[in-house]
Amino acid sequence: MRKFLPPLIPFVVITLALEWMVRSGLVPSYLVPAPSAVLRALLDNREELAAAMTKTSAAALIGFALSTLAGVAIAVLLSSSRAIQRALYPYAVFFQTVPIIAIAPLLVIWFGYGMKTVVASAFIVSIFPVIANTLTGLLSTDPALRDLFRLYGASPAITLVKLRFPAALPQILTGLRVASGLAVIGAIVGEFIGGEGLGSVVDIARTQQRVDKVFAAVLLASALGLALFGLINLISALTLRRWHASEQLQ
Amino acid sequence: MINTSGTKTTRGVALRLERVRRVFDNKFVVIEGMDLRIDAGEFLAVLGPSGCGKSTLLRMIARLAAPDDGRIIAEPEQFQTAFVFQDAHLLPWRTVLNNAALPLELMGIGREDRNAKARTALAQVGLAEAEDRYPAQLSGGMRMRVSLARALVTDPRLLLMDEPFAALDEITRFNLEVQLRELWQRRGMTVIFVTHSISEAAFLANRAVVLARRKGRIKLDRRLDLPPERTNDLRSDPRLGYEMKLLMGAMEEE
Repeated sequence: MRKFLPPLIPFVVITLALEWMVRSGLVPSYLVPAPSAVLRALLDNREELAAAMTKTSAAALIGFALSTLAGVAIAVLLSSSRAIQRALYPYAVFFQTVPIIAIAPLLVIWFGYGMKTVVASAFIVSIFPVIANTLTGLLSTDPALRDLFRLYGASPAITLVKLRFPAALPQILTGLRVASGLAVIGAIVGEFIGGEGLGSVVDIARTQQRVDKVFAAVLLASALGLALFGLINLISALTLRRWHASEQLQ
Repeated sequence: MINTSGTKTTRGVALRLERVRRVFDNKFVVIEGMDLRIDAGEFLAVLGPSGCGKSTLLRMIARLAAPDDGRIIAEPEQFQTAFVFQDAHLLPWRTVLNNAALPLELMGIGREDRNAKARTALAQVGLAEAEDRYPAQLSGGMRMRVSLARALVTDPRLLLMDEPFAALDEITRFNLEVQLRELWQRRGMTVIFVTHSISEAAFLANRAVVLARRKGRIKLDRRLDLPPERTNDLRSDPRLGYEMKLLMGAMEEE
């Protein structure tokens, strides 16, 4: 309870304040709905929102899983030699700089309307933090330990599996934390343009001036991002708690 | 068999360095024309100021770096080397036992065999009870003892140590020095021990070389006239003081 109380207090205070501000007319309800109206929208549209949430969750999870696998693989490739790193890293940065909202229509042309486009959007937005953090981790291996592995004849593959990868794990998990939130953002953006899910619910509700429904969908999208973030934190706690300061302090 | 160094058996490696040269970045000469013979089973301390090439020398002997010129000849040619670094450099995600067994694991030894040998090595450094702990749960001295156990687990014929006790408090360092000397006497391996500390070099080694600040030139090469048994009592012995004075003299000329 002690862990959950600090973030719960501001939530309750802000919710109550917002409810009062909207009901008293200080804030017009067509701009910001009362929390009670958002709750009502959640309940009234629960079937539609649950279906949308399922679709967005699936797309964000698949996109996140793909960016994790591909991001780690690309980082391993980039870390294998300075020449490869110099040749390919600028192209990896492309994923960081690409304005997803601008290329989302292209994704629809390439992948068609539906899940594939949404997954591609989540993937593109979330892969760079995985590449960058994994690469930093892999390149930061203690030189003395690298010498030790060489001394006992360890192959590059064994060194990767038994030394470089576990040593990079804290940085990889940091990358995954950032990527988990971005995957949800990417999925929502993809759904705006070419898919079904919370993104399209937001888009349609916006055109209908249903601000309460927009907020309900946004709330669910945030919950999804938080759930993914929590999952990575759980994995981090399970894998690092015995040996890494970041988990021992918590 | 007891040899002149006071060790029971000699199964160490003999080394001969001939005109060894090592250059960094094609311009900075770290070691130039170094000639040095190290007998099998010798405990050699290498002293010198920072940047004089002590660690570079150690890396070349370990075959982690090649000389740019000259050669290093070892007798026998094939042998097991172990390296102990300035810090313990343990794998934090592995238990003490798995850290100590790491070299054997990398050499492809099966789990049962390597764990048995790792337990023996840990017992030799007084850490038999700590095998399930993680490095984060150990003191600095205990970590260094795990590092020593990891080095000894392969039963090396050549043990290279790069200022291994520099970061430890004095009492822990004194105890580890006595322990290391006992292990060397029992095993008869060749030890090359790089250090900044004159007292440490004099207490541990049978022979000490002092390197000059530039190009790894050997300023002093001395067989230390001290008894083979080294206990903490020796630290107040005038003979140790005399040897330290000689080494200090060579160091101060810099």
